[in-house]
Amino acid sequence: MSAVIDTHDQDHHHGPAKGYITRWLFTTNHKDIGSMYLIFSFAMFLLGGTMAMVIRAELFQPGLQIVEPEFFNQMTTMHGLIMVFGAVMPAFVGLANWMLPLMIGAPDMALPRMNNWSFWLLPCAFLILVSTLFMEGGAPNFGWTFYAPLSTTYGPPSTTFFIFAVHIMGVSSIMGAINVIATILNMRAPGMTLMKMPLFVWTWLITAFLLIAVMPVLAGVVTMMLMDINFGTSFFDAAGGGDPVLFQHVFWFFGHPEVYIMILPAFGAVSHIIPAFSRKPLFGYASMVYAVGAIALLSFVVWAHHMFTVGMPIAGQLFFMYATMLIAVPTGVKVFNWVATMFRGSLSFETPMLFAVAFVILFTIGGFSGLMLAIAPADFQYHDTYFVVAHFHYVLVPGAIFGIFASAYFWLPKWTGHMYDETLGKTHFWLSFIGMNLAFFPMHFLGLAGMPRRIPDYALQFADFNMVSSVGAFMFGATQILFLWIVVKCVRGGKKAEANPWDGAEGLEWTIPSPAPYHTFSTPPVVK
Amino acid sequence: MAESRRSNTRVVGWCLGGVVGMFAFGFALVPLYDVFCEITGINGKTGGRYESTEVAVRDENRLVTVQFVAQNGPDMPWFFQPVTRSIKVHPGEPTTVQFRAENPTGQTMTAQAIPSLAPSEGALYFHKTECFCFNQQELKAGEGVDMPLVFIVDADLPAGIHKLTLSYTLYDQQRLQKVSDVDQANTTTNDNG
Amino acid sequence: MHVHAKRASVFMGACLASNQALGDWTLNMAPGVTGSSNEIFDLHMTILWICVVIGIAVFAVMFWSIFAHRKSKGYKPAHFHENTVVEVLWTIIPFVILVVMAIPATATLVDMYDSSESDIDIKVTGYQWKWKYDYLNEEFGYFSNMKTSQDEIYNRIQKNEHYLLDVDNPMVIPVGKKVRFLLTANDVIHSWWVPAFGVKKDAIPGFINETWTRVDEPGIYRGQCTELCGRNHAYMPVVVKAVPEEEYNEWVAEQQASAERERELTEKDWSLEELMERGEQAYQTACAACHQADGSGMPPAFPALKGSQMVLEDVQAHLDVVVNGVPGSAMQAFGDQLSEVDLAAVITYERNAWGNDTGEVVTPKQVFDYKNEE
Repeated sequence: MSAVIDTHDQDHHHGPAKGYITRWLFTTNHKDIGSMYLIFSFAMFLLGGTMAMVIRAELFQPGLQIVEPEFFNQMTTMHGLIMVFGAVMPAFVGLANWMLPLMIGAPDMALPRMNNWSFWLLPCAFLILVSTLFMEGGAPNFGWTFYAPLSTTYGPPSTTFFIFAVHIMGVSSIMGAINVIATILNMRAPGMTLMKMPLFVWTWLITAFLLIAVMPVLAGVVTMMLMDINFGTSFFDAAGGGDPVLFQHVFWFFGHPEVYIMILPAFGAVSHIIPAFSRKPLFGYASMVYAVGAIALLSFVVWAHHMFTVGMPIAGQLFFMYATMLIAVPTGVKVFNWVATMFRGSLSFETPMLFAVAFVILFTIGGFSGLMLAIAPADFQYHDTYFVVAHFHYVLVPGAIFGIFASAYFWLPKWTGHMYDETLGKTHFWLSFIGMNLAFFPMHFLGLAGMPRRIPDYALQFADFNMVSSVGAFMFGATQILFLWIVVKCVRGGKKAEANPWDGAEGLEWTIPSPAPYHTFSTPPVVK
Repeated sequence: MAESRRSNTRVVGWCLGGVVGMFAFGFALVPLYDVFCEITGINGKTGGRYESTEVAVRDENRLVTVQFVAQNGPDMPWFFQPVTRSIKVHPGEPTTVQFRAENPTGQTMTAQAIPSLAPSEGALYFHKTECFCFNQQELKAGEGVDMPLVFIVDADLPAGIHKLTLSYTLYDQQRLQKVSDVDQANTTTNDNG
Repeated sequence: MHVHAKRASVFMGACLASNQALGDWTLNMAPGVTGSSNEIFDLHMTILWICVVIGIAVFAVMFWSIFAHRKSKGYKPAHFHENTVVEVLWTIIPFVILVVMAIPATATLVDMYDSSESDIDIKVTGYQWKWKYDYLNEEFGYFSNMKTSQDEIYNRIQKNEHYLLDVDNPMVIPVGKKVRFLLTANDVIHSWWVPAFGVKKDAIPGFINETWTRVDEPGIYRGQCTELCGRNHAYMPVVVKAVPEEEYNEWVAEQQASAERERELTEKDWSLEELMERGEQAYQTACAACHQADGSGMPPAFPALKGSQMVLEDVQAHLDVVVNGVPGSAMQAFGDQLSEVDLAAVITYERNAWGNDTGEVVTPKQVFDYKNEE
């Protein structure tokens, strides 16, 4: 362990190492690693997005046109896994790498070598995961929730590779989380007490604890699957005295905190962006922190709301229904605080603000459908229909993804030293906004009309809204190429960015020049 | 710096402890879930052999319908049916029923019956003093057998429950062995009986 | 070339027709035809309206700020950043609203768990990819397969009005009676859903779940499997026919009589043509989804039957595979799922269709003997 903990590489004091391989493969610099995480996650976003395009193309019309059901199931599974573990989570780790040390006035992450390792595990994990597409029997086809026994007794041969890939991703996430915790607890600038930490730091600290609590449970559940498949145990096989429902309990014990892992850092970022463009301090800092803590704690006692139809006794249904509804309270507090921050501010709407405002509005809509889903009797109708698909895409696309876009536009000037093209940025926003709503809003109607999820073909009464949804999805998908162009353009040149390009932005990251030098805060700043 | 390093070691130590603990917790959920099911009866898991310490009280004023269903697991060729499909009993009264199993194939086969009870709330109040599901059942080619089940419905059964359905699913145990011969003890004996 | 052009035009025609004929822009949940489904609908509408009202209130404040408090209008920012009273209020008020929501939700749930004695018990068993309905008190049962043809699915012919939602043997229940469903599954987890009843319950292998319904209006109600269960998850519809009680009793008698007839059919002498005709039908419902209508299969998972060594030569092996399945593969044991007549017909069909002209007849009697001698 001592080798890993050895913090500072003394040779690294004069800028990046020469040579492409040494620069990127061996780097321990938080900015390099942050950039690599962000680039990797965007690549995965495009790959997972391409799979979504295949799904939407098949669903453009009823009947089987483009792909066979087996391949369709592989696409839904891989789309989910890649977006969750490959796009959203690494993007937030990338933002954490770049911004945490700058926000707390630290020279680097606490454990820079482990940082390098935790990044480079990711491409390995995804290489394995994606390679299953080319194996005999195809890639995993049992949905990203991989319910047993469909994924064990009835899974394709590639399931073992899938399990291995999940293990590696888990190790990577856990190392990332440990690094974040060590950095935040040990490396803060003098004077920065916990309750003076920027909210992005707070939300990431809590996210990191969630990761440490639940990623091992995920590792445990896939290990049990591995043993069921290859070593003759019967954790989830009724024939040997196991229980398929146990799988769902263990999986969702991981799975529900996991969805907060994907949204809490976005809460943090938006809590910086809205005050910056409202030119007014964040309303209710302390209550924001408590709300995030409350959401994190509640996330451990609500998992069975994903399982209202498995046949729980009424006492269980009621407990999980009430606990889930309670989450609306701290989430509501956050939304009210953001609105109160905007209220009587001096608002301007540059691209980061547009994404942040859309985040608040659309995430709230996703929250409302979440509240509806929490009502157990109503869930009997919503469960496993497109209403659920609409719900979680409303919290994840305008929630997590818009949060990431907002952060990217907000901090791009700091990263590159150039301003991005505002017109293109706004175009990107409006096209994404329209495409996203066109793609996902009709899914509410489809679900309420009775369309089950994860089907490659559907009854005729669902045809119209599916076509609309597919058009919206293609629009949203194509628009993301524009984002790639905006970032490339911004890296290459553009208007010079000042140390603080946003007149309302506050925090240590804006006190250093843009672009941020390779080494920052070698002597810690003092926070009043 | 030295101080920061030591405290990094401590943070990493705590975190790794948490990781190992949570990994173990994931596995601990398996027995915990079983215990939880046994206490609360959720999921319809019925308990093992019931040994009563007190004399059962027979509730003359109440009749509960107990219904039996049986089905085969995947690729299980046996004939398997309850002889009595439904019976009305007084709570507290030991009752014997039979299930019929026949092996129509040309080889000796071993099967295990897995019980489940609906509504799951009733599982806690359904006691088996003797059951073919406590053991595996081996039948030679063409052989048939009547298998007994002796049960008592607990007098404390909640008043809202009028009918209990006991289901058995019969699984071919060779099918499991085909998957692997490792650790048979773990796969086939269970306190699920 | 010509064939392709023709297929393409049929495909285009089918698509256009489907969109014109069935433009159905349903926005909301339907209230359904049972007490439970109506309660759920009311609950759904209540929560929806509460959410809409809260949403309008919150977004109204937000949009007011967006329009009025703009830098471009020279609006100077205020500096407040906390207010304990307001913060406590907007923690407590949502909590109270949630309690108001929880009361009707709890009441509905309690109603749905009402386990008073039922009139009819039906065991529903999920299989990949069909349902089996066993009428426990009446002692008969049957499989319910999707009726939509592969030609419709692959856009070769126009889609039927009930595309994907039609089955050969629907479940039949009497109106006004409490029907209790006992759900389990043979292989993987399935989920049995009829939206109009407000009933959705998972069918879990090795476990049994219960739920119930009481339908007030006669009619045909359609639903689908809602738990991903493999390749043909989209192709295992649920169809329930609710009929008046007399009609139900007649239907039960008919079912019991037809079980008797089925036994007689086994004894009958069948010609090759009769078996081929029956076999084609049975093949379409039981086999074509994997082995394809033209017997070409989808290797390697689903081998071709056309020109297959086993199909052309080894009758015993063919019987064994169809009756007992192939353990560890997607090939199920059809011995319990099809009658002797249908098994014989399917095997005969496979041995004589698509140029597999063996001329061999496998009779129901042969299948019966095979099953019992094994």
